[in-house]
Amino acid sequence: MASAQAYPSSEPERWKYLDRIRTRAGPFTNDGIFDGSMVAGQMDKMKILVIGAGGLGCEILKNLALSGFKDIHVIDMDTIDISNLNRQFLFRQADVGSSKAEVAARFVEQRVRGVRITPHNCRIQDKDEDFYMGFQLVVCGLDSIEARRWINATLVNMVDDAVEDSYTPLIDGGTEGFKGQARVVIPTITSCLECQLDMHAPRAAVPLCTLATIPRQPEHCVEWAHVIAWDQEKPFPELDKDDPAHIGWLYQKALARAHEFRISGVTYALTQGVVKNIIPAIAATNSVIAAACCNEALKISSSCAPALGYPDDNYMMYSGNDAIYTYTFKHEQKDDCPVCGNLARELDVDPAWTLGELVESLAARPAAQLRKPSVRAAGKTLYMQSPASLEAQTRPNLERTLSDLGLREGDEIGVTDPAFATVSFKFKLKFTKKS
Amino acid sequence: MLKIWSMKKDQQKADNENTAAGKKKKVTAAQLRVQRDLSELSLGDTMRTEFPDPDDILSFILFIEPDEGMYRGSRFSFTFNIPPHFPHEPPKVQCREKIYHPNIDLEGKVCLNILREDWKPVLNLNAVIVGLQFLFLEPNASDPLNKEAAEDLRTNREVFKRNVRAAMSGGRVGGVTFDKTIK
Ligand SMILES: [Zn+2]
Repeated sequence: MASAQAYPSSEPERWKYLDRIRTRAGPFTNDGIFDGSMVAGQMDKMKILVIGAGGLGCEILKNLALSGFKDIHVIDMDTIDISNLNRQFLFRQADVGSSKAEVAARFVEQRVRGVRITPHNCRIQDKDEDFYMGFQLVVCGLDSIEARRWINATLVNMVDDAVEDSYTPLIDGGTEGFKGQARVVIPTITSCLECQLDMHAPRAAVPLCTLATIPRQPEHCVEWAHVIAWDQEKPFPELDKDDPAHIGWLYQKALARAHEFRISGVTYALTQGVVKNIIPAIAATNSVIAAACCNEALKISSSCAPALGYPDDNYMMYSGNDAIYTYTFKHEQKDDCPVCGNLARELDVDPAWTLGELVESLAARPAAQLRKPSVRAAGKTLYMQSPASLEAQTRPNLERTLSDLGLREGDEIGVTDPAFATVSFKFKLKFTKKS
Repeated sequence: MLKIWSMKKDQQKADNENTAAGKKKKVTAAQLRVQRDLSELSLGDTMRTEFPDPDDILSFILFIEPDEGMYRGSRFSFTFNIPPHFPHEPPKVQCREKIYHPNIDLEGKVCLNILREDWKPVLNLNAVIVGLQFLFLEPNASDPLNKEAAEDLRTNREVFKRNVRAAMSGGRVGGVTFDKTIK
């Protein structure tokens, strides 16, 4: 049994309470891997990367610095906008237009003595594997699914079976309105963000018949104005979602329809929100999720308590919609994950489909979310979106049926999309109807 | 810090053998990567590709028509052959014409750092194509494959320029007859 002694770090008074937690074993500590006397020294040396210096990123940087991490890097390509100031509390009015990464780093360095924060004012894609290999832990606070998928695939691809340091845990936080999640990925060992992609299915569209017949919610009225009324009346040549005159027109139309069906709640802001697909950012959700993420960072780096990720729970979801609710569970790794699995996943297809229909169905699958898929079979290039010469050579295939193209049950197809530069998909065809 | 090795062992224990998946036709990693790279090429107006066998995307021809620099007005072509271990090995690139260029020898071998010692798997086909384009804009005398051409470029740029024009028109330079590449 480990003793309950706290091993003070080099500044004992300052970190007294932190040391009580991180250097002492608790009831759930795995004694086999925990050594309290080493923790402070190890954490002093750890290099940790924070991706994103926005709503979540500001919280994460502050929390990590106050959790005793000393060498933090932060990467963000954005500059500060006036609309960020209500919740991104490391920024002031005078910072508008400056780099988020740089201002956030400077602010936390000034407030928390002894921490070094290195800003990188660029896209995550501008950094190479060598850069990411330099960190023992990556904490992500991003609002873009595409950026998450990129960093996830990069960390998974970095894994070299023979090198323990090549496994870099990824802690990912995400928020949307009153909801959020915190999850931990141990590359190739636990379910990765790509395995969990179906947790982020795009928001269900309201069926067109609901819009056309009987709306029930104020959102339906806005969608009706957006989808149907605009098309019928074409008040402006093209809808510009940033033009107040255009949003104003939609608002008036939606309001009239809401009156007709006795629905209340249509406002200008709601109209704008629905049309631009805006979900408001809630500062409190950011702080709850960032706290959960940094708690995981502390547990992973000290082993003072079991962290999310292994062997069981790896996903914590939070909802503040009605009351406060959290649920933590294990999301299973998928054998056929295009990033961390090596098997092709099954794809139900009708051999009588044309290739064009197959390509369309790939774009519509929530588990893939592709925009411009290119497709090949083992010995055959089925359809390439570019370069132009190959597109022209493969375009006639779009009209041909799968069986006509020589595809058989169990054949593998490979799908890529320029939107996801580091991800490719393998599917094994499963015929739903025998030809 | 996490003990990855102990996790790995646990996982292998729990894994049941799921290898016997039947020998069906598989798409290779190199094919997928090339497919991805090809859809990200930015060829602009001065380049185009040609695939003699569209089903084999690992071999193709790239045409370059420089619109500035000393090689302006010509059309050059390169064969790309991508090895099965791409991107862990660089693509093999060769010029199809006999041209007068300090970094391309008379057999068409190309001296470009990223095709040799500086190749890294994170580089893509676009990086190679940009590199080739750059060779025509800035022929480089310090790292020559055609020593005579490099020497000409170093000692007298005007003479080198004249030689380039002569070679591109199918003329002789230093006792060698070059392919006509001028359009
Ligand atoms: Zn995965």
